[in-house]
Amino acid sequence: MLAWIASALLLAGCFFLTVGAIGLLRLPDVYTRMHATAKCDTLGAALVILAMMLKAPSPAVVAKLAMCLGFFWLINPATAHLIAETALARGVPLTAGTTVMDHYGAQAEGEGAGEAD
Amino acid sequence: MVDPMVPWCIALMVTLSLAAVYRGVRGPRTEDRLVAVNLICTDTVLIVILLAYLRRSFMFLDVALVYALCSFLATVAVLKGLRRGRLS
Repeated sequence: MLAWIASALLLAGCFFLTVGAIGLLRLPDVYTRMHATAKCDTLGAALVILAMMLKAPSPAVVAKLAMCLGFFWLINPATAHLIAETALARGVPLTAGTTVMDHYGAQAEGEGAGEAD
Repeated sequence: MVDPMVPWCIALMVTLSLAAVYRGVRGPRTEDRLVAVNLICTDTVLIVILLAYLRRSFMFLDVALVYALCSFLATVAVLKGLRRGRLS
């Protein structure tokens, strides 16, 4: 039973990783690509690590995998945020049909206007 | 008993890394390349974890942890260099 649950989690993780890579290949600009890879990679990695936690032989291995999972959940959103902020500050053009919102939901004008600091 | 799906998962992650290499070579801006490098790093950490399960040598998990931290540091360093024009 546990093996079946682990296999299902592994399959779901592979599915989300594939979706993220397809998004990286096919989406039109930096922000959309970053969005696709950040979300799908975090979820896919979490599912794969959860599957490995179900298959782990000892509690020490489970603890190490949990540390890995925590690092992913800290690192991936932080990296995505930094990349998007840097792209906005350097004036990477947005694709047609997308806009930059400021913190209050209004459309910001000009390059780098949505930046916090 | 080893799950027979794990080697296929490793093969899939290698394929996804190659797709990300395509985007990293072709990507028009430096930020595109950084996103591709991030995806490759995530896939590499997962491959190391799956290999640790496959080979039953769980000290590979330490390698995965350190790899994840180093990839984060490398990305932050490249972004800082991009924003300021220098790394100091």
